[in-house]
Amino acid sequence: MSTLIIGASAAGLATLESLRRHNYDAPITLLGAEPDLPYDRPPLSKHYLATTNPHPALRPEQHLANLNATFHLGDPAVALDAARRTVHTASGRTLTADNIVITTGLTPRKLPNQQPLTGVHVLRTLADATALREDLLARSAGDITTDGPRVVVVGDGVLGGEVAATARGLGCEVVLVGPQRGVLWGQLGEVVSGLLGEVHGAAGVELRLGTAVGGLTAVGGRVSGVELVGGEQLAAEVVVVALGAAPATEWLQGSGLKVADGVVCDEWCRAGEGIWAAGDVARWWHGGLNRLLRLENRTNASEQAAVVAANIAGQPTKYEPIPYFWTDQFTTKIQVHGIPAADAEVTVAEGSIDERRFVAHYRKDGRIVAVLGWNMPKQTRLHRKHLLPA
Amino acid sequence: MKIIVDQDKCVASGQCVTAADTVFDQRDEDGIVVLLTDNPSPELAADVHQAAAVCPALAIVVED
Ligand SMILES: Cc1cc2nc3c(=O)[nH]c(=O)nc-3n(C[C@H](O)[C@H](O)[C@H](O)COP(=O)(O)OP(=O)(O)OC[C@H]3O[C@@H](n4cnc5c(N)ncnc54)[C@H](O)[C@@H]3O)c2cc1C
Ligand code: SF4
Repeated sequence: MSTLIIGASAAGLATLESLRRHNYDAPITLLGAEPDLPYDRPPLSKHYLATTNPHPALRPEQHLANLNATFHLGDPAVALDAARRTVHTASGRTLTADNIVITTGLTPRKLPNQQPLTGVHVLRTLADATALREDLLARSAGDITTDGPRVVVVGDGVLGGEVAATARGLGCEVVLVGPQRGVLWGQLGEVVSGLLGEVHGAAGVELRLGTAVGGLTAVGGRVSGVELVGGEQLAAEVVVVALGAAPATEWLQGSGLKVADGVVCDEWCRAGEGIWAAGDVARWWHGGLNRLLRLENRTNASEQAAVVAANIAGQPTKYEPIPYFWTDQFTTKIQVHGIPAADAEVTVAEGSIDERRFVAHYRKDGRIVAVLGWNMPKQTRLHRKHLLPA
Repeated sequence: MKIIVDQDKCVASGQCVTAADTVFDQRDEDGIVVLLTDNPSPELAADVHQAAAVCPALAIVVED
């Protein structure tokens, strides 16, 4: 009963670790597109970006060795035959297994017609983060002559907000451009988005919201800024495109699996006979919510992987989590349990907005759908009980 | 069993407390993990391993 895991990151490694904890002793192979040992992504927009330190692996090498698995790194899967449970890789390997677990995550979106230009970045991988921080940390290098480079962040979601905060913390001049009315408006609504806007404004990030970017401007192969719809130009030495990301499923074309905004799975995270998915790439049936759901957050990767491992190890388990994510922007720490909505009614349940330390409840149709903490992580977790099924 | 937590890595998610609330707690002021005991009784082993597995910051190491 061998297992082949495609994608060697948070969800892939957690699948491997959980299988071994279930005393599953059959052969396990991990296939990863990136050359690096599995590493953690959340620090890439936070500490890692702000320092010159190396990025540690998710687990020490000795721990990985003890898991007794075969790692094929730097070799992406290019095709899957679901009926035969066979994967073909870029280097020409053909791998088959009794169980295949898909944990390929996401691929960042780009601007329409985005040309490859020096100084333009996306942020998903360690290589992306290393390239971006080299540019952010550059002082008076080449044509970058200010104290820090001028940075335009395109995107007003979690990643855009975090990158803007980290770049500003490094002394860069930062403009954040996005189509929404506020940073994270669509996810967190007016009250919290408004407070986040104040945090960025007070720290000196220039917010240009409600504005779409038309394209990039360039001089001789290097980016010189962005052009807003309407024609205005913002000068920049560094542009970060943080427009969200799409499930990495191109390699599943023709596989026989159903792919629609992710790998579509049942309540057990099963995509087909002996085929499973976990993490950012998986869109599974959440029985509690009675709908398909796909989450892009760190705890989901580990928790969903643990459920897949239990199912492979013969302990049928449905996956019905309360979603959770956190984001750190400057010194503000936000924690969210549940699924907030921009049009939910928001009330402060503990602490106070004036002190910038509170827990808020998000209500829809009279029911609490999410709790959000602003600099109050422990207390926020205690409010999670309001989200548990009665 | 021996448990080590890394408070510098901890992101205050509280997953560990949900998994094993007699072993882990969070500081009131900033939610950072506190270890209530570094050598809990053996019947808690499964919960403690679960906590280490779900910690999103890899801040918990368990040595059996
Ligand atoms: C910069 C950044 C900051 C974040 N901050 C937070 C945060 O503060 N809080 C939070 O909750 N979440 C955060 N996240 C989200 C979190 O990191 C993800 O939810 C998590 O990494 C998902 O894990 P995964 O294993 O599903 O996917 P990924 O981590 O994306 O891993 C997928 C892996 O599969 C590989 N792969 C892709 N295609 C193939 C292929 N064809 N063959 C083989 N391998 C392939 C990729 O190279 C990658 O290594 C952040 C993400 C990023 C990028
Ligand atoms: S689970 Fe990890 S990150 Fe969360 S509070 Fe515990 S130690 Fe900290």
